[in-house]
Amino acid sequence: MGRIAVVLNLLSVVVILFAIAMLLPLGVALYTGDDAEGAYDMAIFATAFAGGVTWLLTRAAPRELQLRDGFLFVALVWTVLPAFGALPLLAYMPEMSFTDLYFESMSGLTATGATVLSGLDDLPPSINFWRAELQWLGGMGIIVLAVAILPLLGVGGRQLLKAETPGPMKESQLTPRITETAKGLWLVYVTLTVAAALAYYWAGMSGLDAVMHAFTTLGLGGFSSHDASLGYWNSPRIEAVSVLFMLAAGINFATHFSVLHRRSFAPYRRDPEALPFLTVVGVSVVGVAGLLVVHGMYPDFITALRYAAFNVVSVATTTGYSSTDYAQWPIFAPLWMLVLAAFSTCSGSTGGGIKMMRAQLMFHQAFRELERIVHPRATIPLKLGGQVVHNNIIFAVLAYMLVYGVTMGGITLLLTASGLDLLTAVSAAAACVNNLGPGLAAVGPASTYAVLNDFQIWVLTAAMLLGRLELLTVFVLLTPSFWRK
Amino acid sequence: MKIIILGAGQVGTSVAESLVSEQNDLTIVDIDPQRLRLLQDRLDLRTVLGSAAHPSVLAEAGAADADLVIAVTQRDETNLVACKLAARRFNVPRRIARIRATDYLDEEMVLGADGFDVDLSICPEQVLTDYIAKLVAFPEALQVLDFAHGRVSLVAVRAYMGGPLVGRQLKALRQHIPGIDTRIVAIFRRDRAIVPDGDTVIEAGDEVFCLAATKYIRQVLRELRRMDRPVKRVMIAGGGNIGLRLARALEHDYSVRIIEHNKRRSELLAAQVKKALVLTGDATDEELLEQESVSEMDLFVAVTNDDENNIMGSLLAKRMGARRVVALINRKSYVDLLQSGEIDIAISPAQAIIGTLLAHVRRGDVVAVHSLRRGAAEALEAVAHGDRESSRLIGRRIEEIDLPPGTTIGAVVRGDEVIMAHHDTMIEAEDHVIVFVTDKKRLPKVEKLFQVGVGFL
Repeated sequence: MGRIAVVLNLLSVVVILFAIAMLLPLGVALYTGDDAEGAYDMAIFATAFAGGVTWLLTRAAPRELQLRDGFLFVALVWTVLPAFGALPLLAYMPEMSFTDLYFESMSGLTATGATVLSGLDDLPPSINFWRAELQWLGGMGIIVLAVAILPLLGVGGRQLLKAETPGPMKESQLTPRITETAKGLWLVYVTLTVAAALAYYWAGMSGLDAVMHAFTTLGLGGFSSHDASLGYWNSPRIEAVSVLFMLAAGINFATHFSVLHRRSFAPYRRDPEALPFLTVVGVSVVGVAGLLVVHGMYPDFITALRYAAFNVVSVATTTGYSSTDYAQWPIFAPLWMLVLAAFSTCSGSTGGGIKMMRAQLMFHQAFRELERIVHPRATIPLKLGGQVVHNNIIFAVLAYMLVYGVTMGGITLLLTASGLDLLTAVSAAAACVNNLGPGLAAVGPASTYAVLNDFQIWVLTAAMLLGRLELLTVFVLLTPSFWRK
Repeated sequence: MKIIILGAGQVGTSVAESLVSEQNDLTIVDIDPQRLRLLQDRLDLRTVLGSAAHPSVLAEAGAADADLVIAVTQRDETNLVACKLAARRFNVPRRIARIRATDYLDEEMVLGADGFDVDLSICPEQVLTDYIAKLVAFPEALQVLDFAHGRVSLVAVRAYMGGPLVGRQLKALRQHIPGIDTRIVAIFRRDRAIVPDGDTVIEAGDEVFCLAATKYIRQVLRELRRMDRPVKRVMIAGGGNIGLRLARALEHDYSVRIIEHNKRRSELLAAQVKKALVLTGDATDEELLEQESVSEMDLFVAVTNDDENNIMGSLLAKRMGARRVVALINRKSYVDLLQSGEIDIAISPAQAIIGTLLAHVRRGDVVAVHSLRRGAAEALEAVAHGDRESSRLIGRRIEEIDLPPGTTIGAVVRGDEVIMAHHDTMIEAEDHVIVFVTDKKRLPKVEKLFQVGVGFL
């Protein structure tokens, strides 16, 4: 019981923190004078109350958090907070079901960007702001934030951070103290967000839209305050700003941190993922643009390049904005974009999916085995960025890939069993596990997830959570040995 | 000259061997009494037991009136500290240290007067690596040596039956390569030196030493020997310090395979090389050599720690079809046994590295010394100082200079200009003169030529 109490105690602190985060949309509501103000009063009160009571009940618990409890804590944070995050939406739209709004909230926190809401343009600004803020908080990670600002998570914080940060190798220690690392990451995140907001404003968005889109761009979430997403503005300048910051957010934030810290661009060159990420995305943009011209979708290459650049980067980085209904493009393009979403973004970025590093490791591993057939006596290490990658990491990546494949297959099967067509099921599974957002067919960029039934929504809610915590953090809770004393 | 050698390992021993014969007072320091005793039995020198970096040990070794300290212990740090102490505590005028870690070499302040007061750092592994890398670049040569910061090269080639050289007079060679000035400075025939003149005829099996400006080396080699096809594939047996350095030096331009018998070492190697393929196994494992198609190799280099392994490995490789084999052989008797046999080139590490040290031991302003033919001959580069009055060289034509027998002036480097020596070439002040000495006994006389003095005329 003691163990659970520690976890609950820490959880209550994070919940209270979350209640404080709700003050921001309340401010927006008061400032714009929209009619959602009451929703926040209720939500903030309920959240703070729940957090406070739990804290009082568990405050006697010991402060030591064990490694195992860390996983439980992370998983609990990521299942409980979406429920509280859904409260303002529920209070404002009582006609919507909890299932749908929990999905919406989860989609926000996991920076997925799949939505069940339509008529976004008519929603009060503060509601859209809250959705964007959820993506921003979840993008870099709530626990990273908690470690950064709450001293009580200092001990064991490194484990928690590892459980939440995506990527196969998490040993990079930017600073000797974990709280400093977390602070550094958030500092870079905030800096880039401010830069993105200013750039969007300069490019022609309203102040509020600029902030909201800066939130969802940096978190690689993809929520927008308009049904037409960024297509609403139809502005090459806004799209260019968006592409730039989506690419920035797709790179490891630890690398950004090193660049700012040392005032040199060398860390970008040394980052083994950054260049492959940019190359793969760049080549895909040009390739898709060429395909679109060949198929006569756009009159000239420059126009095609504009649409390809924005939509390919948006999907590849698992953001999920769209400037056009790319589901109408020749089917190769959207399928290839879904593949990119699974593999492109770097570990330690705010993107989802398998991550570039794992893809590289598997690629190298395959070549290594081929090389071994030719030279059976050779010692061939697997190197990434000049560093040897040890076999245990490769095994972990292979295990991850297996679990990823099984998860993806399982979710697809569940969705087809519940009556979805194959393309919708596959793309919805991929879009949610990779935290991308829009899928294809029935859940394509031009429509929403509102067409799905409750069962399908729950399956995809779980998919988003699994994807955000990179599967193993969640699945470890399902193993009997985890619960054994 | 009073010289203290710190460390009686392979390098220390071979340095001692070659210096002891030149009337130097040698003291050698080591922590292994067994090793010292063996050395003392063999050579005429003093030994001191103790840690080379301890002031008391240095004092006992006579650092107070030593002319030169050569720190060649296993550890860079010991060598550095010893040099610093020698400089500051005992005022030893010249200090040489063996430094392996490139980290120290890259940092200027480590070696300088602010740091550890090292006049010259040597890295035997690097010297050997450069040596072998040259052989890869010039596969026709037995040896390629640099003078005057690489402006002039001395190449050794073996003349073989049917080659373009054999059976011709040397003066024909000059007509053959118009526009390129080159000079054959010595010929070794059946281990005896011949001082060549225009009428000398080269025979099959002769070892020919030829001096030319570095940029013409390829043309000269083409003339001396039919050009082999360039090296593409190299197999290195032994992944020690030399094997690793060599693999790293060659892997960009050649396809490199490296054989290492220790599994853990080969993992370490694999981590440090970029493109080279690391194989785990014995250099003498026929099956492995077969599997990795040793017959396709242009060059097989055996650089393990073990002489016998190197010999057997390279013999096997040669038998199995490797085009050219090179073996690193420490034991002098083995080297003599094997040169010009089935092993194309036997490299003696001691001889390869001794030159760098010798330059500092020689009297006069000697810039570079290369030991040739296992120490029997020497090529040295020295600077002529003074004027017509104080020097025996300056202001004189080469034919006027009183050279000891068996000695040839090969070339003169004046600033950036390389002048091949002719009988009427005039030596000027500050010229770098490259002298070839086929008989080591004449060395003191040669050294004397370069010393600035008064009243010897």
